[in-house]
Amino acid sequence: MTVTLAHYLMLGGAVFTVGIIGIVLNRRNVIMILMAIELLLLAVNLNFVAFSAYLGDPAGQVFTLFVLTVAAAEAAVGLAILVVFFRLRGTIAVEDIQDLKG
Amino acid sequence: MELAPALLGALPELLLALGATVLTMVGPFVVDQRRAWLTRAALLTLAGALALVPTPPDGLIFGGLFVVDGFGKFMKILVLGATAWTLLIAEEGRQSASMRAFEYPVLVLFSALGMLATVSANNLMSLYLGLEMMSIPLYVLTALKRESRHAGEAGIKYFVLGALASALLLYGCALLYGFTGTTDFNALAVALPDAPPLGAAAGLVFLVAGIAFKLSAAPFHMWTPDVYEGAPTPVTAFLAAAPKVAAGALMLRVLFGPLIGLADVWMPAIAVLAVLSMTVGAFGALRQTGLKRLLAYGTIGHSGYIFVGIAAGTPEGIHGACVYLAIYAVMTIGAFACLLAMHRSHQPFEQVEHLAGIGRHRPMFALAFSALLLSMAGLPPLAGFLAKLYVFRAAVEADLFWLAVVGVLASVVAAAYYFRVVYVMYFADGDEDFEHMPGRRVTWTVTATALTALLFLFVAPVVVEAAARAAGTLGL
Repeated sequence: MTVTLAHYLMLGGAVFTVGIIGIVLNRRNVIMILMAIELLLLAVNLNFVAFSAYLGDPAGQVFTLFVLTVAAAEAAVGLAILVVFFRLRGTIAVEDIQDLKG
Repeated sequence: MELAPALLGALPELLLALGATVLTMVGPFVVDQRRAWLTRAALLTLAGALALVPTPPDGLIFGGLFVVDGFGKFMKILVLGATAWTLLIAEEGRQSASMRAFEYPVLVLFSALGMLATVSANNLMSLYLGLEMMSIPLYVLTALKRESRHAGEAGIKYFVLGALASALLLYGCALLYGFTGTTDFNALAVALPDAPPLGAAAGLVFLVAGIAFKLSAAPFHMWTPDVYEGAPTPVTAFLAAAPKVAAGALMLRVLFGPLIGLADVWMPAIAVLAVLSMTVGAFGALRQTGLKRLLAYGTIGHSGYIFVGIAAGTPEGIHGACVYLAIYAVMTIGAFACLLAMHRSHQPFEQVEHLAGIGRHRPMFALAFSALLLSMAGLPPLAGFLAKLYVFRAAVEADLFWLAVVGVLASVVAAAYYFRVVYVMYFADGDEDFEHMPGRRVTWTVTATALTALLFLFVAPVVVEAAARAAGTLGL
């Protein structure tokens, strides 16, 4: 069996779904949410690279490099906000983030 | 390609990038007493960029990544104007030490740079980079007030949901790229009608969902009330005005540019988003007692009215959406300036009941706030009425009569909660313990926006004409 574009897309879709589930169903830890966000972006990258190889077009790989760069910046900002939050509340459990609601 | 014309085309963006970078480097060396100068420098940069917006010739630059056109210029003027105005009033609203940090004007500048890039995007790559450059500083600004429990929580919520929306948008970009083999908007418009319909539609849905999140349209609105309430009020004012204009402009550019070939797919989808947003905005606000949460639900409703114009899919619809964005930005800045203008017993206004009795004790302020709220409710002949009139007319002309009816019904429900605030201001009893905040800029802003709301019919031809010219240049 050869690995075709469809396999890569299915894998990308599966990883993306795992990421979404990780954000939506996770009740314990915000760090896990940050990891789930990274999973989402990696799934997208997989799609881009697979399409790029399939089409023989470099644009998808360039896009992937941009996504990786932005993901690094985003993770840095996310962790910084998390540190601010932890200093004030002493917890990063998801169920404790509910002062604001209505 | 010659470099000089390309750089000339992006002159406002280059000025902003330069200003933001220089302020980042200078900022740490400025002593606390001189911090106001940094804000002034940032305002000067924004004003310079604003002056440069009309200068570049129209066309594609940077190898087709970046488009300069009348639509983009109109939206950039709105974005830069809203950014500068909110930064101006923020100076007087930033009381605590962490909010006075030099990073505040720098982050605002970087975010504004991202908004300009978003508005001018002509490629999925520049779209994504612009949107992220706009959003990441906004996450930081939301959580900037470090000693506040609510600001930190709002920051986390905004960040997580914002990152999720970016991922959805990217997934859509990947699908569109995969099924057409290009990321360029012009090439996408040509290639999309021949692409596999299911793949192209899936890409479209993810892309639109990502942008709808930034516009806080239902069902992607969950973050809006929490973030608006938790963020410091000067940040909320910025968050509610400029990024909404940029996201609205991006939505228009994407739907009427590369995705125009799929109009049959997105028109009903946008109509559904419009109905959901208007309903959620109207009914969600009814049970709110917090002023900022109430305005947040107002924002959700407003994005629904903008979608009514877009769903029409006609030039009149684009025109209506442009007019709506312009009026919405001014009204929002005015409403948040009202929250910054006065305190009660040394506390900022947070609940609707804090306004009780203000009609008797501070009649001018109550009049201005009422004018802004009733304008948002769409009461004729105020500014908001005209905005709604244009989008509803476009919907009716496009045979979307039912959508206009839903919109009018939602406006009636929405008017109920705006009237409730006005009622509390004039008819509820309250002591006279209001005090004006020091500083003239906020007062001046409240006056100017309230006058705009009241006397809009006199300036309407200018705005409507500018929006018409901008809308005329949209499309490929």
